[in-house]
This record gives sequence, C-alpha cells and structure tokens, in this order.
Amino acid sequence: MSSEAIVDIAQAEQGTSLWQDAWLRLRRNRLALFGLGVLTLFIVIALLTPWIAPYGYAEQDLDLGASAPSATHWLGTDIFGRDLLTQIMYGGRISLAVGFVATAVALLIGVTWGAVAGYAGGRIDAVMMRFVDILYALPFMIFIVLLMVVFGRNLLLLFLAIGAVEWLTMARIMRSQVQTLRQQEFVEAAVSLGLAPSTIIRRHLIPNALGPIIVYTTLTIPSVMLLEAFLSFLGLGIQPPQTSWGLLISYGAETMEEYPWLLLFPGMALTLTLFSLNFLGDGLRDALDVRGSRD
Amino acid sequence: MWRFIGYRLLQAIPVILAVITVTFFLVRAAPGGPFDSEKAVIPEVRAALEAQYRLDQPLLQQYAAYLGDLAQGELGPSFKYPGRSVNELIAAGLPVTAELGFYALLVAIIIGGVAGVIASLKPNTAQDYIPMSVAMIGICMPSFLLGPLLVLVFGIYLDWLPVSGWGDIPGDKILPAITLGSTYAAYIARLSRAGMLEVMSQDYIRTARAKGLPEWQVVTRHALRGGLIPVVAFLGPAFAGLLSGSFVVETIFQIPGLGRFYVQAAFNRDYTMILGTTVFLSTLIVLFNLLSDILAAWMNPRLRAQFREQ
Repeated sequence: MSSEAIVDIAQAEQGTSLWQDAWLRLRRNRLALFGLGVLTLFIVIALLTPWIAPYGYAEQDLDLGASAPSATHWLGTDIFGRDLLTQIMYGGRISLAVGFVATAVALLIGVTWGAVAGYAGGRIDAVMMRFVDILYALPFMIFIVLLMVVFGRNLLLLFLAIGAVEWLTMARIMRSQVQTLRQQEFVEAAVSLGLAPSTIIRRHLIPNALGPIIVYTTLTIPSVMLLEAFLSFLGLGIQPPQTSWGLLISYGAETMEEYPWLLLFPGMALTLTLFSLNFLGDGLRDALDVRGSRD
Repeated sequence: MWRFIGYRLLQAIPVILAVITVTFFLVRAAPGGPFDSEKAVIPEVRAALEAQYRLDQPLLQQYAAYLGDLAQGELGPSFKYPGRSVNELIAAGLPVTAELGFYALLVAIIIGGVAGVIASLKPNTAQDYIPMSVAMIGICMPSFLLGPLLVLVFGIYLDWLPVSGWGDIPGDKILPAITLGSTYAAYIARLSRAGMLEVMSQDYIRTARAKGLPEWQVVTRHALRGGLIPVVAFLGPAFAGLLSGSFVVETIFQIPGLGRFYVQAAFNRDYTMILGTTVFLSTLIVLFNLLSDILAAWMNPRLRAQFREQ
C-alpha cells in the first residue's frame, strides 16, 4: 500500500465533507485525472494564446505554402503558409468558448426551469414539463441548421441556439432532484420560517443538487462542442476570418490527400478534448455517486 | 397497449403542428425576400412571381394555404429551381438516404450489439475493457473526422475502396455506411452492455441457469430480450441522429441524398425547399420516435402488464 493511500484512509476516518470525499475518489480514477489534466492544459493555452502563439493569427507565408511539420512550424503550415499550431490554438479558443458559454446558457435555463417546476409541483409542474416533453420530440439538429440559415451565421446566435437545445435534460434532472429535496426537513424548516420560494430555491435547493448538475454539465460540454464542429464543418457555424477546430477539420479534409497533417492535428485536438471531457464526466459521476443522469 | 399507442399518437400531433408552425414563421421571418438577390426584376414579373408563390397575401392566409397544401401531401415548389417541387426532390433523395441509413443502422446494431453483449458477459476483464474503450473512441470521433480518415486510409493509401459516389462502383457504399454508423455502434455497445449487465443479475436468469440451460442459451433465449430494451428505445433518437449525420456523410462522399439536398438548400437560401424538407424530415423523426417507444414498451413485459391492468 502506498503512503498516499494510507494518508487517504487516515483522512477518510477523520470524516470528510462530500466534496473532499468526491475528490479522493476522483483522484483514484486515472482516466478522469488524465482528462482533467488535458483539459486544464488546453484551457490555459486557450487563455494565453495571444501571448504564447508562435506566429500571428493572420500571418501568412505564401512562398512557403503548405509544409510538413518541421522545427520552425511544429505542426506544419497550410496552403497559405499559415502556422497550423497557431491556427489550432486560436481555433481552440473559439471551440472551447462555444462549449463553455453554450453550456452555461443551457445550465441557466435548465436549472431554473427544473427547479421552479419541481418546487411548484401540481399543475404548474405538469404544464412546464409537458412543454419540455414536446421540445424533446423536436428534431433540433435540423432546427439549428434552419436558424443559422435564416438569421445568418453569427457566434452569439450559435451560443443561444445550442444552449436552447441542451437545457432540456438539465431541466429534467433538476426537477427530479428538487422533488426529492422538497420533502426533507430542512426545506420544511425554511418554508415555516417564511422564506420566499425564490430564496429557498437559490439558497437551499440548488446547492444541494450541485452533484448531478456538475456531472451533467461536464457531459454537456462535449456534445455542445461536437455540435459546433458539426455545423462549422458544413460551413454553417463559425465563419472565416474566425476559425474553430470544426472549420480546420473541414479545410483539412479538402486537402488531406496532399497534406494529411492539416486534417490529423485539428482532429486530434478535438478528439482529445472530447475524450477528456467524457472521461472526466464519467469519473465525476462515479465520484459524486450520481446515477442514471444519462444512459 | 392500444391506450398507450393512442396516447402517444395524440402526443405526436401537437409536436408535428408545432414543427410546421415554427418552421413556417421562422422562414418567413428571414431577412430579405426570396427574389431580392435577382438583379432588377421588372415589377410586373416580380408581382407575378409573388402571386405564384402566394407572397402577396397576408401572412396568416399564406399559413392557412400552406397547411391546406400539406394536408394534400403537397410540400411546395422550389424557389431556386423553377418547375421542380420539394416533393420531386424528396422522391429523388429519400431512397438514397433511406438505403444509407439502413446500412448504417445495420452496422451500428450488429457491431454495437455484439460488442456490448460480449463485454457484458465478462465485466471488468479485458473482454469488457477493450470493446468499451473502442466504443469511447467511436463516441468521441465525430463522423466528419472519421469519414475523411477512412477515405484517406482505405480509399487513398490502401486503395481498397472507392472514395466517393453511390451505387456507381461496387463497394462505394461501404465507407459511408461505416462512417455514419460508427457513433451509433458505440452508443449501442454502451447501452446493450449496461442493459445486459442489469438483466443478467435478475432472478429469472438464475432460474434459467438452475434448470441447466447452457450459458449461450441463457443469453440468447432469456437475457437478450430484456437486455436490449434500452437499445430499442435508443433507435428513435438514433434515427434522428442518422438523418442529421447524413448531412455530413452525404457531403463528404458526394451522395445524392436528402441530406445533401438540405445542406445545398440551406446554402442557396432556397426557403420553400428548406421549409418543405424541414417539415418532412421532422415529421419522419417524430414518427420514428413514436415507433421506437411503442416497440420498447411492447418488449417490456412490466409495461405491458401495467397497460393491461388499466
């Protein structure tokens, strides 16, 4: 038994909070830790890109053209002689931003909707959840394509459209959490103290449902990023001069016969990120002991 | 059971109506009329065109007329290709997309189902970890990346299979079907593993073993039916995913199916085409969701009993 494990046990015996406990369990899951590491690295790189990117975003070298990975251009260059590593770093900023912001939108709507429905119960709950059921049945992929066509392809709309799709499951999870919590004594105590429903939801219900919310959030981010990449690949998402991993993959696919690295490296960046998020999400689900939130 | 089917059918109607209404008004709300791009249309021609497409009428009247057309199965004309209707384009594209989707689903069910069942028989061993890790790759590797990679390896480097087309050269249907099916194979593998693990711990499986059935018969005759219910329930959402996946796969492999028409219509801003196709595809998806729900309920004896009691 390693000394670390002994320390773990000693700490566990002292009594730990839910979060310490979860962290201990998560730490034993190598894949989840790997995911967390990769993700942290990518986020730090994305934040620092303007300062640490090896070349300027718009910098071209038309004489060089497309070149294979080399000492000067670690991941090679595209047909305009633009450094691929730089492109991937800037593209990652957009891809990750879409993932996080759109998920935040979904989180906000879903948690509020689910909490209100679960807390109100009765007819309000029935109407609100029937609305969710109907939206669930809508083919959203097609609707997002439609929205992007009708209202033009801008980033803000992309955030909103994706966020508006992804909140449904969040609302269902939140509602079932709130329904269970509402029966408990501390909520009854809060009600009898005369607290306003909005305060009870905010101060007592949401904090106690954080586990499932965190797990599902972690699993929503990759599906959002996939959606963005899908749209960008079709030319309906991010537009030049901005770039994203989906767009880089789409360019790479056009010229993959001659310059396969233009497809491989952006593809690796996207796949590795999705991998990390999924492993981290699965790990968090086990660590926080959340069940049946997805499958 | 019939009550359940009736209830779900009734639920599908408002959904389909909502799809039609939202799509119609979204498309009409699009900035710029459909004929704005054409250079200097003579006012009389423009008026005639607008009359032909009913654009001169009030919006609500257009909506009512559109509903009337739909009731007769008429999805409308195409703005960009005069003389061609949405019905004709769907008639041309649907068989291709349906065939592609069918093969993809076959790939997904066979590979995913077999992998999941095999993994579930010896949980937490190499027999479990290896297929499940491959499934995770399948989930994280989007079709628009897997497709080009498969083309690169099998089409270009190895030169075993054609890189594009549909039904022109033998073997040109293999790569598109695998590309489209792989993600769903991965999901089905995970679902069938989880479903089988749950079923295998049930009492009736112990009974089957106790009466001396060989293990393979326990699995095929008793466990599969219950263990695969989650997979059947997943087929509805999977169908929706296959349709939107066909947008990408048909674009990559240059397949003349519905998905490519839809993407082209989106690029051409062919509003009636988008409207008609959206309504058609959405209705199809809603109906398939309904079908997979009914099938899953029918396979689940507990649910069936519940409906018999009512």
